[in-house]
Amino acid sequence: MKSFDYVRPETADAAHEAAGRFIAGGTNLIDLMKLQVETPEKLVDINRLDLRGISTEGDGLKIGALVSNSELAADLRIRTDYPLLSRALLSGATQQLRNKATTGGNFLQRTRCPYFYEPHQACNKRTPGEGCSAQGGVTRMLAVLGTSEHCLAAHPSDMAVAMRALDAKIAVTRADGTTERLALDDFYLLPGDRPDRETVLEPGDLITAVHLPAPAAGRQTYRKVRDRSSYAFALVSVAARIAMEDGKISDAALAFGGLAPRPWRDGAVEEILIGEAPSEALFGKAADRLLAEAKGAGGNDFKIPLTRRTLIAVLNDLTGESA
Amino acid sequence: MTTELKMDVPQPRFLDQTQQGVLGKPIPRVDGALKVTGQATYAAEWQMDDMAHGVFVGAAIPKGHFTIDRDSIAGMDGFLGLYTDNLVRNSARGTLNTNPVQPGDRVDYLGQSIALVVAETFEQARDMAAALKVSYTRDDDAVTDLSEYDDWELKVGIELGDVDAAMDAAHKSVDLEYTTKGHNSGAMELHGSIASWDGDHVTVRSSLQMLGFNRNELADSLGVPPEQVRLLSPYVGGGFGSKLGIGPDSVGAAVAARDLGRPVRVVLTRPQVFDTTIRRTETRQHIRLAANQDGRLTGISHVNWQSNLPGEGHAEPVDAATRFLYAGENRYCAHYMARRNSPATGDVRSPGEAVGMLTLEAAMDELAEALEMDPIDLRIRNIPEVHPGNGKPISSNGMASSLRQGAEAFGWDQRQPTGTRREGEWLIGMGVAAAARANLLMPSSARVTLNPDATAVVETDMTDIGTGTYTILGQIAAETLGLPTESVTVHLGDSNFPTASGSGGSWGATSSGSSVLIAARAIRKTLAERMGCEEEALTLKDGMATGGNKRSALSELIDQPISEEGKIDKGKLTKGTHQAGYGAHFAEVAVNTVTGEVRVRRMLAAMAAGRILNEQTARSQVYGGQIWGIGSALHEGLEFDTRTGHIANHTLGEYYVPVHLDVGDLDVLFIDERDDMANPMQAKGIGELGFCGAAAAVANAIYNACGVRIRDFPATPDRIFPHL
Repeated sequence: MKSFDYVRPETADAAHEAAGRFIAGGTNLIDLMKLQVETPEKLVDINRLDLRGISTEGDGLKIGALVSNSELAADLRIRTDYPLLSRALLSGATQQLRNKATTGGNFLQRTRCPYFYEPHQACNKRTPGEGCSAQGGVTRMLAVLGTSEHCLAAHPSDMAVAMRALDAKIAVTRADGTTERLALDDFYLLPGDRPDRETVLEPGDLITAVHLPAPAAGRQTYRKVRDRSSYAFALVSVAARIAMEDGKISDAALAFGGLAPRPWRDGAVEEILIGEAPSEALFGKAADRLLAEAKGAGGNDFKIPLTRRTLIAVLNDLTGESA
Repeated sequence: MTTELKMDVPQPRFLDQTQQGVLGKPIPRVDGALKVTGQATYAAEWQMDDMAHGVFVGAAIPKGHFTIDRDSIAGMDGFLGLYTDNLVRNSARGTLNTNPVQPGDRVDYLGQSIALVVAETFEQARDMAAALKVSYTRDDDAVTDLSEYDDWELKVGIELGDVDAAMDAAHKSVDLEYTTKGHNSGAMELHGSIASWDGDHVTVRSSLQMLGFNRNELADSLGVPPEQVRLLSPYVGGGFGSKLGIGPDSVGAAVAARDLGRPVRVVLTRPQVFDTTIRRTETRQHIRLAANQDGRLTGISHVNWQSNLPGEGHAEPVDAATRFLYAGENRYCAHYMARRNSPATGDVRSPGEAVGMLTLEAAMDELAEALEMDPIDLRIRNIPEVHPGNGKPISSNGMASSLRQGAEAFGWDQRQPTGTRREGEWLIGMGVAAAARANLLMPSSARVTLNPDATAVVETDMTDIGTGTYTILGQIAAETLGLPTESVTVHLGDSNFPTASGSGGSWGATSSGSSVLIAARAIRKTLAERMGCEEEALTLKDGMATGGNKRSALSELIDQPISEEGKIDKGKLTKGTHQAGYGAHFAEVAVNTVTGEVRVRRMLAAMAAGRILNEQTARSQVYGGQIWGIGSALHEGLEFDTRTGHIANHTLGEYYVPVHLDVGDLDVLFIDERDDMANPMQAKGIGELGFCGAAAAVANAIYNACGVRIRDFPATPDRIFPHL
């Protein structure tokens, strides 16, 4: 581990002035610092900032960036109105990690691609232009959608997948004091030829809150398929909300984890479903659309048929009578 | 005085006559409270004055030579030293007893510890290890991918009759190929050592399983006589084979401490544990079973392919149980070894049976189906009268009782035809497998001292790797001397004490326990003399002696401590009989028909392992074995990058072992048994038996649930859902 400075400011202004790397729960950053994958010269601990609490905002909710994953999952409003978020949170990591990990930090988890963690292996995400050892290597946990020749990494978060399905917006305060609310597809970048750039955040930008819109109609679920029952990253996960009217699907929101460099949502898949009566054929068509561009790298080829099966099961579950 | 017993003749059941009544009782571990309150100090946790900290640098190439640029770090804050001489390439395999390979400037696998950086603080040392400039000359003939390998070394283990002919003539047969991935022990306590020199004597606090061997290994690595090496390992946070032999940490710490003249601590990081301590080999296996119309085996063949580093003497005994478990006159067992530039392979819990019984017992399930027989009947029908390979008598074989009693306790009669029991998305099934593990005896010594105040002390360099050794050795001494267990203190893990068997091969409890029994019985002889009676007529209970029409408190019989040393050794029976623990494993699993995810709902292990010394610690050992069974059936597997030979998932976040939610209800049934030929306690090893065959019960349950035969392990969802 490199030596680093550490400050713990009391206010957001002081945090910006400190001009360092923000740390909240630190559940991922500290591991990466030990391995020297991340080598910040200064850590700015934001835990004393007033970014806690979950409050009503119009018909929606505002979630402070420092709300822990445990607290968020247990919140009655979340469990009642946004149950897929609570389920997603509880399917991630372990109780100890969820107690420590924050809402804002969860969005910024780095990939678990094994080559990102190995200094003796090439990784464009770690060192731009170095190459990608994952190509032709161990790819079981890597992405099949949204990748590039420069990077196969998958985003590891469960929470972010749920947030994508719920149309959450991330509130960011820029270093110059301006604020902005970003939808997740505007927040996360695809790897392209710069996989080291994962979000639009610039140095000094601080996530302050997450805004959830008014609860939407329909049934919700979060289904995560993994290699063991707990403390395992998703092979594939599906965050889903489906509303039915008169035997037809009136609204749908579907986001996917384990498949792509960011929480994956494809509006075309939802369009196929909306206005139609549920059927195996319809669900198959939706899955075909989702996976039309999917490309395995060998060890992760299985994710494509697994996603198809899981999506169809989720849709059956949410449109069925007894679910 | 030392009393030695060689196992030449069957032993009387002395421990069925004693009166204290503490042996076998489910007494919680005496060191448990210390451990859960943080008061049991593990090797690397000791705080020493003026201690320096060492961190290893791993090789970045799979094969070649290296040179280091000392100047690249020598100016950094806190730098104390940089060492490359005498470092060991990888942990020693069990019972090696000499120095592990010391390769100098040669690299044999990616991740090999090539240099030790020592600094004032751990953080400084870690930073320097990352900053050290190393240049390599890389050989282009590294062997990292075995798919095209053609230089296999064949070793035939047994060849009797003609298996090919038996297969041709069989009424039914199976001919199956399997693969298993490599495994790492993953002991919770990282491998770590603190070395400090006093003149030419070194004391090393280390996390080790077998101090008698380890002292010789370390002395040889350092070029000093064993008498100048003292090892201290009073607490060991799991070993599972990875700490059978010394590792890079103890040698590195001792080398640096000798040069610096101050204590040096070296703890491996978790990835270094995966890379530089021994792992279980990956295997490819070919099993053929031939049976006649009565369901009797006529031919058994078990061939496997595995790998190790060049220069390593270990081979995984994959066919260990295949050689003795079932009758059958035509037999063939062999292995093919590849030399590969990947982390060394060696003993990991239940070496051989862990992966060999997984496949053999899965194949037996397929044979039972081909024969349209119940898999329990097939197994019982094929239990041999004598060792089928060498004709030796079998000391005791509780397999039939285990299968029958286990089946009843588990509800085997509720098993449904394959693929018919459904609950929503889930298909439910049951599986069974035999359990077997060779019972071994190793030379072992212990000293027992009885004090006039009716307390006793046990001293031996035996280790307790979390298995309950402190507790059971105390129980054995207490039972033999007629004392409450609270009156017996046990000291372990100091190489200055009498040399024990060490913890490995499931022989620890029986070997070291026998030496305690022998020493305590020698004390009884003295007490009997003072009572004026024969030892057989002496009763000891709660500090009182009764015999020869007299009754005395121990304090009236002795005014000085009586100290005796006991030693057990192999004898004619050890070599002349076949000895093994036997049992049966049952599993009930649910398989998700959408995703192929498997959940183990419950397991039962019926274990016939002779006398049970402590029902609670023995049960915990079996639980651990069952959980390892779940892990090797469903989760565990080292992922190698075949371009470099390195382990891609070398952390506990990526190398999956079962978590609590993966483990359903576990139950253990002990079968009443005494094995007079094994040792004077009539006990057999239990530490590994609970694992041997457990994974096969899970695999067979998967088949019963959903009709998918798993032949490549672990059975991750991607290996199941395409078939559903």
